[in-house]
Amino acid sequence: MGNMKLTLKIWRQNGPNDQGKMVSYPVNNVSEDMSFLEMLDVLNDDLVRKGEDPIAFDHDCREGICGSCSLFINGEAHGPGRLITTCQLHMRKFKDGDTIHVEPWRAEAFPVIKDLAVNRSAFDRIQAAGGFVTVNTSGNLVDGNAVPIPKDDADKAFDAATCIGCGACVATCVNSSAMLFVAAKVSQFALLPQGKPEAKRRVLAMVEQMDKEGFGNCSNTGACEVECPKGISLEHIARMNREYLAASVTKE
Amino acid sequence: MALTGLFLSIFLITHLAGNLQLLDMSPEGQQKFNEYARFMTTFPLVKVVSYLLYFSILFHAFDGFLLTIQNRKARPVKYAYEKPGANSAWYARQMALLGTLILVFLVIHMKHFWYEMHWGDIPTVTDTSGKPMKDLYSVVAAAFTQLWYVALYVVMMGVLAFHLLHGFQSAFQSLGLNHPRYTPIIKNVGVFFAVVVPIFFALIPVWMFINA
Ligand code: HEM
Ligand code: SF4
Ligand code: FES
Repeated sequence: MGNMKLTLKIWRQNGPNDQGKMVSYPVNNVSEDMSFLEMLDVLNDDLVRKGEDPIAFDHDCREGICGSCSLFINGEAHGPGRLITTCQLHMRKFKDGDTIHVEPWRAEAFPVIKDLAVNRSAFDRIQAAGGFVTVNTSGNLVDGNAVPIPKDDADKAFDAATCIGCGACVATCVNSSAMLFVAAKVSQFALLPQGKPEAKRRVLAMVEQMDKEGFGNCSNTGACEVECPKGISLEHIARMNREYLAASVTKE
Repeated sequence: MALTGLFLSIFLITHLAGNLQLLDMSPEGQQKFNEYARFMTTFPLVKVVSYLLYFSILFHAFDGFLLTIQNRKARPVKYAYEKPGANSAWYARQMALLGTLILVFLVIHMKHFWYEMHWGDIPTVTDTSGKPMKDLYSVVAAAFTQLWYVALYVVMMGVLAFHLLHGFQSAFQSLGLNHPRYTPIIKNVGVFFAVVVPIFFALIPVWMFINA
């Protein structure tokens, strides 16, 4: 066990309709080698021993690949540090005696389920609206070189596909805009020949669903790109804007 | 938003070019400026473009207002603790505030010069052919003998500079123009534009105040 002493100010909310408030918790014996989530585990262990309700927060892989963990820590999505998720954030980023504010992602489209856990199914519905190819891809093996793809395009499509759907872009944005997420999902198909047949329909449907979910409008502040754990580039938003403009003018 | 923003930016260049004539405060300079002002209020093609301009300002402000309302609604519960400076520039987040200040300024500015030129009872002088023509120059010169009026213009050009510092490059991104080769150029041109244009605009009232 380590010897850092911290004060955590954590959002507690007993359910979707509860008012919710920030509650202070002292945490002792924090090691700088713990991840932020492990530190919360220690706190929850304490709370359970005392017979109190543990703090609900999302997590799964704990290695930065699933996109489950969230948390707005000290005013930043996934806390201080770049290109990391909260499970990859270590307590060595903080000092003994620090006060740390922990809040859930804030957006109309991400309602709080309990405490720090929010409902991100809006992202699933956007994906379902158009983030797919219609050709059957199971079983029928195709020669990988039958359709040549420029290396640069393949790389960019892969970069876009590294989006883990965590929602940090929305949480960070002053406008709660989901443009970076949707742009990544549009780009990963738009750049590849396999994604071309549905390109027009896809971008129109995904943007329409995004607006329906109540996300805000992009004003290009660039905050999402800075806070995104996967470094998804604003270039993808421009590509989506291009695709969207072209599809809107040429649709029948 | 992007199209009207860029159109307004182009307008700024032509407006600045015309107004820099005010720096020549000699009698011939005054005469030339008044002739220019008459041309701008009477020439049909200029009229068509000016209606497009009024429309652009109103559309830009109205659309910006609507988008801002939607954006507010998209986050009904605010964060208790925020550190927005860690990932974005304050002026990029405050486009609505900067824009509203510009709008208030535009109302004052247009009331004082544009409205007076069109419908106001302002003094006349004679042009080279002996016909009477409105003496807008004197109206402008009189306005800029007041220190607070000069200060208002200088401060507001600072506001415009920050609006453009984000807005210019943002418009290209909104239109889908982002390219590893051209985006750095667009950003540099944007910074140059956002700094130089407002400085020259601000120079006019300062110059006229000093030389009055
Ligand atoms: C000479 C005057 C003005 C110029 C040259 C100008 C220029 C611009 C430009 C180029 C943009 C970026 C557009 C984009 O990213 O798509 C912008 C955005 C914006 N402007 Fe203006 N503007 C002017 C006046 C105003 C006024 C009077 C208002 C409001 C009352 C306003 C409110 C806004 C807002 C809210 C945005 C952000 C909208 C967004 O990013 O989606 N502007 N402006
Ligand atoms: S774009 Fe980045 S921040 Fe947004 S959901 Fe994908 S990985 Fe998360
Ligand atoms: S828990 Fe999977 S990314 Fe953090």
